[in-house]
Amino acid sequence: MPVKVGIPRALLYYYYYPLWKSFFEGLGARVVLSSPSTKKILTEGLKSAVDEICLPVKLTFGHVLDLADKADLIFLPRLISIKKKEYICPKFLGLPDMVRRLAGIPPLIDVNINRYKGNNEICLAAKEVGRLFTSNSFKIWRAYRNSLKVQKHYFRLLQLGLLPADALAVLENRVKNEPLPDPGEITVALLGHPYNIHDPFISMNIVGRLKTMGANVKTAENLPGKTVRSYAAGLPKKLFWTLGMRMMGAALHYLDRSDINGMIHVTAFGCGPDSMTGELIERRARASGMPFLNLTLDEHTGEAGVITRLEAFLDMVRWRMAGTSPCYPTYL
Amino acid sequence: MRVTFPHMGNLHIPLKAIFRTLDVEVAVPPPTSKRTLTLGSKYGPEFACLPLKLNLGNFIEASELGADTVVMAGGCGPCRFGYYAQIEKAILKDLGYDLQFIVFEPPESHIFELPAKIRQIAGRNSWWRIVQAIRFGYQKALAVDETEKSALFIRPREKIPGSTDEAYRRSLDLIDCASSPGELAAARKNAREIMDRVARDPKQPVLKVGFVGEIYTLLEPFANLDLERHLGRLGVEVDRSIYLSDWVNEHLFHGLVRGTATGKKARSASSPYLRHFVGGHGQETIGEAVLYARGGYDGVIQVYPFTCMPEIIAQSILPDVGRDYDTHSLTFIMDENTGEAGMVTRLEAFTDLLARKKEMKEAL
Repeated sequence: MPVKVGIPRALLYYYYYPLWKSFFEGLGARVVLSSPSTKKILTEGLKSAVDEICLPVKLTFGHVLDLADKADLIFLPRLISIKKKEYICPKFLGLPDMVRRLAGIPPLIDVNINRYKGNNEICLAAKEVGRLFTSNSFKIWRAYRNSLKVQKHYFRLLQLGLLPADALAVLENRVKNEPLPDPGEITVALLGHPYNIHDPFISMNIVGRLKTMGANVKTAENLPGKTVRSYAAGLPKKLFWTLGMRMMGAALHYLDRSDINGMIHVTAFGCGPDSMTGELIERRARASGMPFLNLTLDEHTGEAGVITRLEAFLDMVRWRMAGTSPCYPTYL
Repeated sequence: MRVTFPHMGNLHIPLKAIFRTLDVEVAVPPPTSKRTLTLGSKYGPEFACLPLKLNLGNFIEASELGADTVVMAGGCGPCRFGYYAQIEKAILKDLGYDLQFIVFEPPESHIFELPAKIRQIAGRNSWWRIVQAIRFGYQKALAVDETEKSALFIRPREKIPGSTDEAYRRSLDLIDCASSPGELAAARKNAREIMDRVARDPKQPVLKVGFVGEIYTLLEPFANLDLERHLGRLGVEVDRSIYLSDWVNEHLFHGLVRGTATGKKARSASSPYLRHFVGGHGQETIGEAVLYARGGYDGVIQVYPFTCMPEIIAQSILPDVGRDYDTHSLTFIMDENTGEAGMVTRLEAFTDLLARKKEMKEAL
């Protein structure tokens, strides 16, 4: 009976799930995912998390609790830094300590992943985790190499314009042969933390809704890291949050592109990094005349309100494109 | 060049001393007030933390006094403070304020820029004079801290309500007015005497509470709605976990002087509750709470600005410390909507709880 490793469907799952999955399977473990987000999962999370914390972390609590009787171990690394001289967010640094307090959950694999000073640390982390499953160093090394290959493939799929859910479907060979939807007549850049915009429950399926309303969606994940970094390098000071930097770089890139008709910034209530990067993005968008919508999500956000604002925003973008209302405000 | 800087408690006293010694013109922003807050929250990002908004208001008010250069500290994350200067500059630029920013980044990452930045402010002063000025400023910070500490000790024991505050204000004025190290030594002595002369009641029962949390809200009485004074009036002796000189030492001198031991001690005490640093003073908050509990304090009060990331982590772990050591903690979250009356009610209830618990312990 292989060991069951639980991975919460939250936070950086949207970036690193293929890597983690392939690594654990290479070590002979079975990977168990928590169920897709639901009202129940969020409610469980709300009950056990402190009020002040942001929505995605509350949701993570719910996902961990969902895994409680499904897995033998829960993989919840302390993601300190995934890029040299950058952090993710303080909440990622304290996450294992906050989650460990929950009653009735299996032991955590809370290895430190820290590339702040350089890249070697990641191999050490892989070794540390691998030792929990096997004493065979070669097996660990092979699982690690393979997982990197899978991850590269995944990132390439994202850069081809696939969204995380579609890219995962391609990787896992469960693509439905549906005809491609008609491309929409407008294209909007959707900026936000991947765990907010790609979780259909939290974001109220914003990606799907935009598509049915006739808009193509571009996100920061669709851009190669190099592009994002070269655009973000134009900032007065290097941003020290990897995800914030990605959003900022993507925003500056999309502001430069003529095929992008509007920009939507999605943020969770009380998100620290977004309060700063969002402010800069909004100022830049205003200066360049790009239509801009700021959506703040929390556990109370009503679906109807979000839909109305999306519709109004897309109407505004369409009118501007048709040139019927040059004096219309660019802000909602 | 007319230099200004953000307020943080009594930070203006040592900074003013440094700039005056170097013959740099200073425009001290008016004391942080309701107007500062209104300006800051009107123009600042909605979810930015309170210190950013107050800083922004300080800069606007200072530029009304003719300031053209802002001197402030930076950082390299993950706390938002490291990006304050850039955001504030962008906002002020859009508002039409033409302020130049000189930002002192932590030495570990930008060591080579430091001398150039100091030169930019100090102009033609010799390095010897610059070192003297910084030393003088640091001594003022130490003198201010000494006065603050004695005020915290005396306030719950004072016989005439308000007499400590009066003495405290006079002492700070003396320290502020000293213009040379010699005068400062005399002023410090005088200040000590003034504080000692406050009449106290030795039999007054006093509770002891540790004060932890985010540094700006700890040090700035406007941001914490005069929490220390309210506690003092309720008969509580407050021990603050961090003082001005600690901050200067840690951030600007990078722990060269002494006293980093306190930070280190707190960080090591934070395990097993919080095993890694989380930016800002999150880990220190947990560590200090543990140290206070071990030191026999009756309770701990945490303050932080709304949406402060490191302190939220600390807040969610703080109850565990209370459970293991059988102490109580109370958290105040400050933003532009926090009301003083609500806070005082909660403080009264909290001190009642602590007093009752202490009585029961003593009766056993």
